[in-house]
Amino acid sequence: MPQMFRRGRFWIQLGVVVALMAFGGLLINNITVNLIRTGLGLDFGWLWRPAGFALAETALPYAPTDSYAWALVIGWMNSLKVILVGLLLATMLGVAAGAARSSRNRLLRSLSGGYVALIRQVPLLLQLLFWYFVAFLGLPDTPVGGLIHVSNQGIRLLGLNLSVEFCSVLTGLVVFTGASIAEIVRGGINAVSRGQWEAFRSLGLSEGLGLRRIVLPQALPAILPALTSQYLNLAKNSTLAIAVGYADLYAVSDTTITQTGRAIEGFLLLLLSFLLLNLVISGGMALMNRAVLGRLQRSR
Amino acid sequence: MSRPISCRLIGAVGGLIGLLSGCATLGDGTGSRLDLVQERGELFCGVSGKIPGFSFLSPDGRYAGLDVDLCKAMAAAFVGDSSKVQYRPLTAPERFTALRSGEIDLLSRNTTHTLSRDAAGGNGLSFAPTVFHDGQGLMVSVGSGVRSMADLSGKAICVGSGTTTEQNLNDAFAAQGLPYTPIKYQDLNQVVGGYLQGRCAAMTSDRSQLASARSGFKDPQEHVILADRLSKEPLAPAVVGGDQRMADATNWVVYALIEAEERGITQANLDDVLEQAVADPSQAALRRFLGVDGGLGAKLGLPDDFVVQVIRATGNYGEIYNRHLGPGSAVTIPRGPNRLGGEGGLMIAPPFT
Repeated sequence: MPQMFRRGRFWIQLGVVVALMAFGGLLINNITVNLIRTGLGLDFGWLWRPAGFALAETALPYAPTDSYAWALVIGWMNSLKVILVGLLLATMLGVAAGAARSSRNRLLRSLSGGYVALIRQVPLLLQLLFWYFVAFLGLPDTPVGGLIHVSNQGIRLLGLNLSVEFCSVLTGLVVFTGASIAEIVRGGINAVSRGQWEAFRSLGLSEGLGLRRIVLPQALPAILPALTSQYLNLAKNSTLAIAVGYADLYAVSDTTITQTGRAIEGFLLLLLSFLLLNLVISGGMALMNRAVLGRLQRSR
Repeated sequence: MSRPISCRLIGAVGGLIGLLSGCATLGDGTGSRLDLVQERGELFCGVSGKIPGFSFLSPDGRYAGLDVDLCKAMAAAFVGDSSKVQYRPLTAPERFTALRSGEIDLLSRNTTHTLSRDAAGGNGLSFAPTVFHDGQGLMVSVGSGVRSMADLSGKAICVGSGTTTEQNLNDAFAAQGLPYTPIKYQDLNQVVGGYLQGRCAAMTSDRSQLASARSGFKDPQEHVILADRLSKEPLAPAVVGGDQRMADATNWVVYALIEAEERGITQANLDDVLEQAVADPSQAALRRFLGVDGGLGAKLGLPDDFVVQVIRATGNYGEIYNRHLGPGSAVTIPRGPNRLGGEGGLMIAPPFT
């Protein structure tokens, strides 16, 4: 007999479920009643009307005569662009910084420690404003070789045009999230018994090779679950992009809501988009976690 | 003694409703707000307090600006003393509630006159005549060589979010078929930052706000506001709707400021003009305007010489404008549409007869 059906507990759990459902129902009822009272039913018809505003960055062709729906898709792709590149770079930076903290090299160790300490003390919004207004907008107009051109209008990299807004959001998110990932990686590495280090050293393996082949693979099960929440944080923090003028999904939704007055619908769409994205990230990480655990068990 | 709880609840709710309706009837009694102000001997005036040139704390710790001078002119007309004003700094979301709840008598706070704010089904206000014709504009640096909107074709423009600013920008550029890149920030400070750092060729906002922002720049004379107007924003004082005496008194104080400028009556020459009017019975219109005869003030519930009081306190409209927004002031905005009707502007006063 499963525990749930023991009488006392069963009724308590049922009570909690009923209470939660009642609370949810109350919220939905509230929204519906208020919408009816103000004469605003939920209506998504505005999505197909022309948006009427221009966007600075578009991954696909877009004109102000296109629909609000398409404008939101463009904003969504801008968000996705910065989130995906951000996840990749933040992981690389975080793993490097985390590994550096376990290094025998004192300089590497203190550089990494200083980076983590500094970045974790300063709010992300301030950091974004710093990267944008001080670092990137302060860039002098300089061609670096023939293939790279840096200016405060953007960075041209081998035919790839990156706006200063994109660069600032990306740098801010990567540096900020990288610091948290570094701590997670350090924790994971510390969880691997010292014996493993001594073993590979006594076999004559180099520090780098030992770290990559012996220590990190064993640290992964401790790292991955915590890494997931950092990935989710990076995705959610990307909505701060509006502070530095990057046309992400939140910025586009903001304009859309102002122009249509459809705040509830706009926020619902925003909510769903992020829920979906974060479910994909969580799901992907869960799969990776299972694969890593499986491999670890097979190798034992 | 225990009544069912529902009974007690109904009693409590009933009491509350009674209390609230009691409060509501206090506001719309038979008396005008004007009587209340005159009895109190003081005017409660809602201002922004944060916009240089319109209402801003001056170095001596007093409010100064065009909106503030309107409060002073009203106080001079209503209670005969322009110093009898209590200023209430209000944020944009607070302002209408403050007026409706009776916390202030008059709202003089960069408020755009629109249908929804005027209508009984909307905010239910009564707007006085426009005291400043604002409109969305574009600011560029002198060195950029940009002289008109057309020169901004294909350039980046810094804009703030959350208002109709972005939409007006697009409408104006789309109407002329000009492409542009909007760099959209969350608030005006970031817009200014992006513009000053050279991210955008121009920044856009209401022209009064552009001028205010420019007054804080290191080198204000290096930036110009283009003549192109992207939207119309007539700013006007407002009082609670449905109170004709208060609305009329407010309206005709504004008109008096404009009429005085039309007639060339200033703070400096007021006494001479008044002396002439008293001495010369053939100056009928002037005598009516200054309240020497005609009894116009009494019709409004004001002293007959209210115009004299107003001009003595603040000077005419042109003097107020030049004091706070004229060439010598910290916030310089060319008069443009705010010139008198006879000089190509929009400021006119109906006859004082």
